[in-house]
Amino acid sequence: MEAPSMAAKKRTVLQFSSSQSLSARVHPLVVFNICDCYVRRPDQAERVIGTLLGSILPDGTVDVRNSYAVPHSESVDQVALDIEYHHSMLISHQKVNPKEVIVGWYSTGLGVTGGSALIHEFYSREVPNLIHLTVDTGFAKGAGTIKAYVSNNLSLRDRQIAAQFQEIPLDLRMAEAERIGYDTLKATAIDKIPSDLEGMEASMGHLLALIDDIHKYVDDVVEGRIDPDNKIGRFISDAVGSLTKLPSSDFEKLVNDSLQDHLLLLYLSSITRTQLSLAEKLNTAAQIL
Amino acid sequence: MPAATARSFLQVAATEEVAPPLRVVQIEGLVILKIIKHCKDHSPSLVTGQLLGLDVGSVLEVTNCFPFPMREEDEEIEADGANYQLEMMRCLREVNVDNNTVGWYQSTLLGSFQTVELIETFMNYQENIRRCVCIIYDPSRSDQGVLALKALKLSDSFMELYRSNNFTGEKLREKNLSWVDIFEEIPIKVSNSALISAFMTELEPDTPVTQCDYDRLQLSTSSLMERNMEFLIECMDDLSLEQQKFQFYYRSLSRQQAQQQAWLQKRRAENMARKAAGEEPLPEEDPSNPVFKPLPEPSRLESFLITNQISNYCNQINGVSGQSFNRLYLMKALHED
Repeated sequence: MEAPSMAAKKRTVLQFSSSQSLSARVHPLVVFNICDCYVRRPDQAERVIGTLLGSILPDGTVDVRNSYAVPHSESVDQVALDIEYHHSMLISHQKVNPKEVIVGWYSTGLGVTGGSALIHEFYSREVPNLIHLTVDTGFAKGAGTIKAYVSNNLSLRDRQIAAQFQEIPLDLRMAEAERIGYDTLKATAIDKIPSDLEGMEASMGHLLALIDDIHKYVDDVVEGRIDPDNKIGRFISDAVGSLTKLPSSDFEKLVNDSLQDHLLLLYLSSITRTQLSLAEKLNTAAQIL
Repeated sequence: MPAATARSFLQVAATEEVAPPLRVVQIEGLVILKIIKHCKDHSPSLVTGQLLGLDVGSVLEVTNCFPFPMREEDEEIEADGANYQLEMMRCLREVNVDNNTVGWYQSTLLGSFQTVELIETFMNYQENIRRCVCIIYDPSRSDQGVLALKALKLSDSFMELYRSNNFTGEKLREKNLSWVDIFEEIPIKVSNSALISAFMTELEPDTPVTQCDYDRLQLSTSSLMERNMEFLIECMDDLSLEQQKFQFYYRSLSRQQAQQQAWLQKRRAENMARKAAGEEPLPEEDPSNPVFKPLPEPSRLESFLITNQISNYCNQINGVSGQSFNRLYLMKALHED
């Protein structure tokens, strides 16, 4: 959006540089990294600053996939960042994954401070369009807030006055965290990684809980305790309708065939194991008499 | 003088600490995420990386890790690789990450990781670090909703044997070492700092069902099983090759012994003749004769490793079959309603 500049008539107008609507996506690894760096920060530092790596997707979203901390020192009126370190870490990271480039920088703490503007300017010398992520590790608002900003330069007749940090929508993609299971990542200590069958059990438990919920909901609606919601009703009927309506003999045959296949595989694997123990006996026990 | 109860300082300093055996590997959630990301980004090629952490008592804590860049088969890249490692360690040290190498991780394809290179890498690491561990991650099984992470270590008895590079049948029988004793699997514990667990609790969506559950409840496992079976069949072929080598060795050994006997008979007959003629008897052994050359016994290491791999595949097949049975019965029950 561009505010029209009426340069004539000797009026000075604040000019906003245009910014397309940007949005950002953050992977859970970044959050983990930032928290870990915060926990390990040197005693005199109040906050941690670091670089964000990632890529820009074709639709303009910034995909933040990795990050690393950069040592810095801050005092009241100046900020010093270890540029050497920043560059050498960047080179090292790019050796592993050349597609990840700098997309921004992060800092812990709630708001955007004066020092941040300077750091943002430094980073913007390297990358034109970058985002700034703040992760509130102090839980100031009673909740951990993660916000992303883009900076717009406010200039008054070609003279830059200030940088305005504008918030952009943030999408915290937890896809990888889901794969592992939130339970593993949430708790402070887990005794062991759940095995295959235990995971199965957990999933079935979830499914059962879901079905119970739906059951309760339908009961409530039928008895008039809750107002029926058409959308939910449609979802439920879709779900029930997607259960394949095969004639039961065909279905039985399908299930039995699969069962037999799996039993065959189990049989093969037990034969292999007996073969292994036999072979081992032959190998080591054989002697020339 | 309480000499019996109090030990002099010299004595205490001289006694070596006996390291408690490694019982558990404690990994941080951060490390797991990093490993998964690195392996997934580069799959299907196999990647490795370094683990950093602390060695505390009977627990090996892994607190951070960094990936290794892909290495092409080039001589000059060797020096680059070492430089990269040093650079990373130095940089991580500056942000207070534990600078202590405790092992390495690698990705694998359907559990086919037991190779001689693994053992060699272990021996290399073992020279410098007292306790190191190798973490194996299998990205292809994450489609099944399983976190396939394993921590491995070579057993001590195997390490001694490997150093002496002696894998003959007698030695193995002596030490009572079989193929199960090569690798020891160590249980993994996951730990997270309080800050990150607060964040995750906050950011978790409210749905009780996650993608993980969807993956687990999927009915189609045939591609995974097929690949497993293929690998299993290949390994069986390798195993039979190894066994043929042994058979060949035994056959040639028995043939050689028969030749030795024949030669000995001839010598004895000659000696008798010489004694009758009054000459010096010839020695009964003749090391220069090729009949007496000892045959080298083929090493059993390969066959052990292959056996390990096969048993791994079998275990996986068992696991997946078990899961499939669950799913099929679930389907059946759903249908009956």
